[in-house]
Amino acid sequence: MVLNDLLQIKEKELAARKKIVLRCCMAAGCMSSGAKDVKQQLEKAVTDAGLQDEVEVRGVGCMKLCCEGPLVQNDQSNELYVKVTSENAPSIIAALKGGKAEAAQTDPNAAFFSKQLSIVLANSGQIDPERIESYIAVDGYQALHEALNEMTPKDVVETMVQSGLRGRGGAGFPTGLKWGTVAKSASIKKYVICNADEGDPGAFMDRSVLESDPHAVLEGMAIAAYAVGADQGFLYVRAEYPLAISRLQIAIKQAKQLGLLGSGIFESPFNFNVDIRIGAGAFVCGEETALMMSVEGKRGTPRPRPPFPAESGLWSCPTLINNVETFANVPAIYRNGATWFAGIGTEKSKGTKVFALAGKIKNTGLIEVPMGTPLRNIVEDMGGGAPDGGKIKAVQTGGPSGGCIPANHLDTPVDYESLGKLGSIMGSGGMIVMDETTRMVDVARFFMEFCMDESCGKCIPCRAGTVQMHNLLEKILQRQATQRDLAKLEELCDMVRHSSLCGLGQTAPNPTLSTLRFFRNEYEELLQPDVFGPVATNGAK
Amino acid sequence: MGETSGYQSHMSATISPGKQKKIDAVLQHASGDKRFKILEVHMKKHLFKHDALIEILHKAQELFGFLEDDLLLFISHKLKLPPSRVYGVATFYHFFTLKPQGEHTCVVCMGTACYVKGADKVIAAIEQQAKIKPGETTANNKVSLLTARCIGACGIAPAVVYDGTVTPRATPESAVEQIKKWM
Repeated sequence: MVLNDLLQIKEKELAARKKIVLRCCMAAGCMSSGAKDVKQQLEKAVTDAGLQDEVEVRGVGCMKLCCEGPLVQNDQSNELYVKVTSENAPSIIAALKGGKAEAAQTDPNAAFFSKQLSIVLANSGQIDPERIESYIAVDGYQALHEALNEMTPKDVVETMVQSGLRGRGGAGFPTGLKWGTVAKSASIKKYVICNADEGDPGAFMDRSVLESDPHAVLEGMAIAAYAVGADQGFLYVRAEYPLAISRLQIAIKQAKQLGLLGSGIFESPFNFNVDIRIGAGAFVCGEETALMMSVEGKRGTPRPRPPFPAESGLWSCPTLINNVETFANVPAIYRNGATWFAGIGTEKSKGTKVFALAGKIKNTGLIEVPMGTPLRNIVEDMGGGAPDGGKIKAVQTGGPSGGCIPANHLDTPVDYESLGKLGSIMGSGGMIVMDETTRMVDVARFFMEFCMDESCGKCIPCRAGTVQMHNLLEKILQRQATQRDLAKLEELCDMVRHSSLCGLGQTAPNPTLSTLRFFRNEYEELLQPDVFGPVATNGAK
Repeated sequence: MGETSGYQSHMSATISPGKQKKIDAVLQHASGDKRFKILEVHMKKHLFKHDALIEILHKAQELFGFLEDDLLLFISHKLKLPPSRVYGVATFYHFFTLKPQGEHTCVVCMGTACYVKGADKVIAAIEQQAKIKPGETTANNKVSLLTARCIGACGIAPAVVYDGTVTPRATPESAVEQIKKWM
């Protein structure tokens, strides 16, 4: 495979394109609403009408507006059909010939779509994720070719530093710096790991990226491997995402067949193999050291850092570990240049961020916006606010490690620093909207129960602390607690936060602390008077 | 040849007679079941590497439905790993189950989005209908009720997975109806 072969595949794919393309969302959300039948019916209707030469029915990745699925879009007229059923699907084909489509439509220029800026999701809903040609037709794998043939590994790292990309897994560590550290370590064997263990409840960005554009992640991993000098990669995916796993398997096989993965990529001396590792349902495995233990086939328990994985990771070799979304950004950065990427977003947070919008909101689905977009734009303009005339009470970001942002702080721009200031975190991108019927103490208990179940048991503050905090929250909800218990809860939160071994324990108190900060009255309403009199010291802060 | 048999006698010398008897019993059990053969081929595909343990447990659960003691011992013997290590991994991850499941499984997603949209009410309704709690199987062995942390189907919350098929926008009524069909 040389560049010419790649361009030929692209030409051939573009030449074979038919006049009208009907794109059917085939991501997990729409699939469970019957998208497969819809696609079959559409194909049948095309054949019945004798339109095979004019119309292509293409299964694509996530088309973002998950709540209205199954979605079908006509490329030529831009009409977007929602909640298509296998019964009314044939009428969409009839509409191409002047008939009337029975399926409902929505405005493809609505704020939900028009305010998005797609980098990571640029191919999502456009290309067929199960055909590598479809990815090559949108300039796929050209960035890898350029990196391998026109850049030294050092240049590749330098470009990444200039782009200002920060890790999309939640902590926001500068990606270029991480690549540089791994590149500098002197070791013959190095590894690249893609963290696709998206365990945060309420987050499904990584699932959608893997289902919609698996080759972008593979290309990103290959570029990273070249930059740091690794020849083996692992993709650690949750077992709960069977569709993503099967699409990745297809993608790896196709890339290997074309010589875009494996040995001697693009006829260079660079070798890179990727293996999939399937998780087995442990939230703690999202933590990098625990994840590496799991890749090694052991119990996923974290270990203290340093040494960081960049120095000593998988089988004690230097290991680069990045999130799915981080890798998905990589090809676009090398295609369009670091300056282009650095021009998007805010001063400290560059580029875009994908959020999974869910909960009590009209439009649920995936959105990608530039960093620094105010939360209000996301939930009110794009999300359409709370359904049935309700009022938004809070937005939860960062899952069980994050916090609740109350409605009066909706003008906060979304970037790493601003969310941190409010006691929440950017997290991987789950955004759950809560309306006035949601009780915040209940939410705090929900997340604490999650952390309690998911604590791996290695360190005591997390193992015992989460149980005690959960008991206290339960006691408050049962209306059996006093001011004293609330003080005890706050003290415990502080202790667990500062003394736990890994991120799970360190952030487990966040949902409780942030709801205490903004909705303290809801806790106090549930308290009982203390029979021993008021608390003397800290309780009544 | 002589070296190999020497190695084997050394191996058996380190295993106490009681344990050896147990391993023999497991291998005896395995020889009569084709699924063990398939599992061994799968292990061979992974070159009997220790780091493939989780992959192999996935395959074992796929073949047998759950991980019984004999199965874990078989895996530990074939991979040359201590049984404690295999048992430790099998019990650490939520995905693996050591108890047999019912004929049908009903997994209610308890992710945040599903929770705020009423997954707790769905589960309460099922509990009442089937008289079981999450993690349990009905007395007639028909239905197992499980919960998931998040299946990533937040856009169509609350989601329930009936026998591997994700169903969007579940309600307590729709869930009870499905359970009734199965019972």
